[in-house]
Amino acid sequence: MATDVAAAGQADGTPREGRAVRLSVRDRIALALMVTIPVIVVGGLIWFPTFASIALSFTSWDGIGGITTAKWIGTENYHQVATIYPGFWPAVRHNLIWLAYLTFVATPFGLFLAYQLDKELRGSRMYQSIFFLPVVLSFAILGFIVQLTYSQSQGLINGIFGTNVDWLGDPSINLWAVLVLVGWRHAGYIMILYLAGLKAIDPSLREAAAIDGAGEWHAFRTVVFPALRPINIVIVVVTVIEALRAFDVVYVVNKGRNGLELLSVLVTNNIIGEASRIGYGSAIAVILIVFSIIPIIVFVWNSFKETEPA
Amino acid sequence: MSDARGQSKDPGETSQARLTRRRLLVTGATGAAAAYGLSAGGASARGLSSSIFKSTAAGTVTFGANAADTPVPLKALNQSFKAFTAKTGTQVKVNAVAHNQFQEQINSYLQGQPDDVFTWFAGYRMKFFAEKGLLSQVDDVWATLKPQFASAFQNASKGSDGHYYFVPSHAYPWALHYRKSVFAKNGYTPPKTWAQLIALCKKMQADGLTPLAFTDKEGWPAMGTFDIINMRINGYDFHVRLMGGKARWDSPQVKKVFNTWRELLPYTSEGALGMLWQEGATQFIKGEAGMYFLGTFVGQAFPAAASKDVDFVAFPAINPKWGQDSIDAPIDGYCMSKKSKNPTEAKQLMTFLGSAAYENIYLNSDPNNFGANKNVNTSKYTAIQKKSAALVAKTAHIAQFLDRDTRPDFASTVMIPAIQQFLNKPEDVNSLCSSIQKQKVAIFGS
Amino acid sequence: MTTVATTEDTRPVRKRPLSVSRIILHAFLIITALLWLAPVAWAVFTSFRPYADTAKNGYVSLPHTLTLGNYRRAWTQGDIPLHFWNSLIITIPAIVLILLFAAMVAYVVSRFSFWFNVPLLIFFMAANLLPQQVIITPVYQMFLRIHLPTWLSESGAAYDSFIGLIAINVAFQTGFCTFVLSNYMKTLPKSLTEAARVDGAGVTRQFFGIIMPLCRPAFAALAVLEFTWIYNDFFWAVVLMSSGDKQPITSSLNNLQGQFFTDNNLIAAASVLVAIPTILVFALLQRQFIGGLTLGSTKE
Repeated sequence: MATDVAAAGQADGTPREGRAVRLSVRDRIALALMVTIPVIVVGGLIWFPTFASIALSFTSWDGIGGITTAKWIGTENYHQVATIYPGFWPAVRHNLIWLAYLTFVATPFGLFLAYQLDKELRGSRMYQSIFFLPVVLSFAILGFIVQLTYSQSQGLINGIFGTNVDWLGDPSINLWAVLVLVGWRHAGYIMILYLAGLKAIDPSLREAAAIDGAGEWHAFRTVVFPALRPINIVIVVVTVIEALRAFDVVYVVNKGRNGLELLSVLVTNNIIGEASRIGYGSAIAVILIVFSIIPIIVFVWNSFKETEPA
Repeated sequence: MSDARGQSKDPGETSQARLTRRRLLVTGATGAAAAYGLSAGGASARGLSSSIFKSTAAGTVTFGANAADTPVPLKALNQSFKAFTAKTGTQVKVNAVAHNQFQEQINSYLQGQPDDVFTWFAGYRMKFFAEKGLLSQVDDVWATLKPQFASAFQNASKGSDGHYYFVPSHAYPWALHYRKSVFAKNGYTPPKTWAQLIALCKKMQADGLTPLAFTDKEGWPAMGTFDIINMRINGYDFHVRLMGGKARWDSPQVKKVFNTWRELLPYTSEGALGMLWQEGATQFIKGEAGMYFLGTFVGQAFPAAASKDVDFVAFPAINPKWGQDSIDAPIDGYCMSKKSKNPTEAKQLMTFLGSAAYENIYLNSDPNNFGANKNVNTSKYTAIQKKSAALVAKTAHIAQFLDRDTRPDFASTVMIPAIQQFLNKPEDVNSLCSSIQKQKVAIFGS
Repeated sequence: MTTVATTEDTRPVRKRPLSVSRIILHAFLIITALLWLAPVAWAVFTSFRPYADTAKNGYVSLPHTLTLGNYRRAWTQGDIPLHFWNSLIITIPAIVLILLFAAMVAYVVSRFSFWFNVPLLIFFMAANLLPQQVIITPVYQMFLRIHLPTWLSESGAAYDSFIGLIAINVAFQTGFCTFVLSNYMKTLPKSLTEAARVDGAGVTRQFFGIIMPLCRPAFAALAVLEFTWIYNDFFWAVVLMSSGDKQPITSSLNNLQGQFFTDNNLIAAASVLVAIPTILVFALLQRQFIGGLTLGSTKE
């Protein structure tokens, strides 16, 4: 760890050594360019549109004919979304269910896999590859696999078990059916992250816990898990973000209707396509932003604490 | 929204449709072809764009087609374009996109760099874009076309300002399909009234069939049933007013539609919300379902031998006041974008696309629609085509289908989920209708 | 504290006696692995079956024949070569730009101590965590209005152009790479650049001559990751690309989807073809790939 050579130090760019190093004009220009070009790209293509979305959420606009045709209507969109939009609260519920499922089922399972694979096992690399495979697939393909597995008449599950359950068309169960395969993917992702974290734990720590005579679970709880704190924060944020970002799979299955509503899909259905209710869709997008901000802040703050030199 | 209606599907079709139709970026195109060993098959079929510029040289016109995923209509289009080029010398450059995607991107497409001419639909969907100034008027094209079309088609091609914006090509009715052999074997007769329909359903159910094949995973197929029941009970004028936002959705008339529809639900396919219309067609053609209310495009899903066994009747009458005087018969056709870069050639192409000559070529590959032009060659028509044309000709009022007759945002964000909700909870009509009404007010403004 | 950890176990492998718990563990892993592979194996199996076979006998049946016909048709009808090429046109320049931008920002933030370092990092990292839907409307309205010379964009605007798609991918993914690279660069000894500075080299020379070459392992890992993410994305193309022949490869699935919904065999074959590049990249560069995920201990 080379924190001692990190370019931290005084606020004026002077290195640790304390010698005042004046940056030449050419250097300043170069550094300025190095920063401003990416800032313009990211600022212009991400942050500006984000704020534009927020502004648009207070208008009624069909997206045609220029921004001047947008009508300012205050919080009317939000009021409608919360009160008369039948898909909104189900979408919120589904996003929360998605989050709960990832948090309490998929992520712990990923951790469990990582912990097992961390033991010296034969074939550990192979298992890693297998468990990570779904992560490499496009969500579009994942959606297709969902159809192939759960189709009522032609799917794998109904075919093997001889059942006739309408996995995808029945709104009381289709979310769960989809979540099973989403967890399949998510667990692999989490597993890799945890594996890296586990490898980084000082082995002597674990040996000390083992010598203590404590059981495996006790060692895990008191030694390993606390040592994983930096990774844990990351995992929590990743899990929350994935729950909020969920979109592709349900969109491919049935465009996010009939039990598979999600906030991201509501935004898309209102904005993309012929519907073109820009202001309305933007209001839902802002709600999505607000939900996302909290984990983003947590993550960034935590990383800021990390990157700040000791 | 509107799915594969009116598009022909042929499982055996190969890549002949690819000839001449792709534009490629010049940079690296040959490299790519070599890299992927395309020397056999498709590569030679691709023409390299001789210019990178979007504005084409004089003597060409660009055409946007919602047919990248349906090779048979695409092939028909390309064949007809060859005939067009032979006749006029104008080249046609085709930009094909998957049909759903094309429709979904239409707003940004028309505001961006649309092709000169593109596939579209009659109804509010077309009027809306005309009002927004995104379509070119084609009154001069219609000067020659007018005598070739019945007044219903003429009216469907006009915008709300009375000018022409659309050239019709083909249409198909929504009708109650049945298999002649199944009916003959069990001694059924096609129903003419609602009471007869219900009685027939009961009989079919007792005989072990699913009386009515029914699916609604995509959200639009069920709209056909709503439309027809509404027109049967409340009349065409009410239906038009309702579509136009001028009637209330929590009115007793609309509630009656849902309550009547509920009587039919026990006789429809199980798990409808998880099935696509083609799966309903499979049930129907396999003889597991007795009847199927769908557009005649359903024929695309039938194997050739079985389709000869298929027949249809108009949906039964419910209110004797209206009888069977209305029908959903969506018209597909072509529009010209306002930003057209080659307006003369575009109008040339539109004139051609409105001609019987074009329709004859197109319908060769797509026998599930019938031609809109009066002079189309009907000698090669299948029984279904003849009957479709006759049915539409004798029906007094033609509607374009819910998602083409009303505002697209209302149809897709409100009606699709609403109808699916109805299918899940058919008893809950009162709260459903008041929910639809509230949303309708929010969207239409009143 | 983030370490450049890989999942290579460097501890000496002690031969453990087979205990009951070990056997159970192995059994568990084998069963889980098989279940894990089942959906994918099922798709692959389906892709080799002719449509007539599955239409008659259903999908859950023993195959009477196996065929490559689905692959042939997916290749031509899905126009896979064209769309794969489009994906490359978008992905590769995007990766290059992402790494360049991320390296530049990471360099400034990690090797110097400016007041804006942390806000800058926040600026980039938070951008990466937003859902895509949140910005679509303004982005495509902007793209419609940004006029580009036709040698840059066939459509004359940022909308419906490769440049547009590359730009939005770059903007979206740069944050993650910035974070990873800034952590990585912190571990590079100051003495290296110190020596160069004393010799008279400006920051540009230090950056391109010393820092960049040293970051090669990180670049390799990030490139593999970014390739997977950008290649697999289908949302931006759906929104920002209207020409059929410019669509990236995830849309070729779309082209087959609409037509042959029941021809799952065809789509299965197409899915396999679409997935092969990422699986190959992952298989060949697994070590770097996994290492890359752990470099910053963070996510997309």
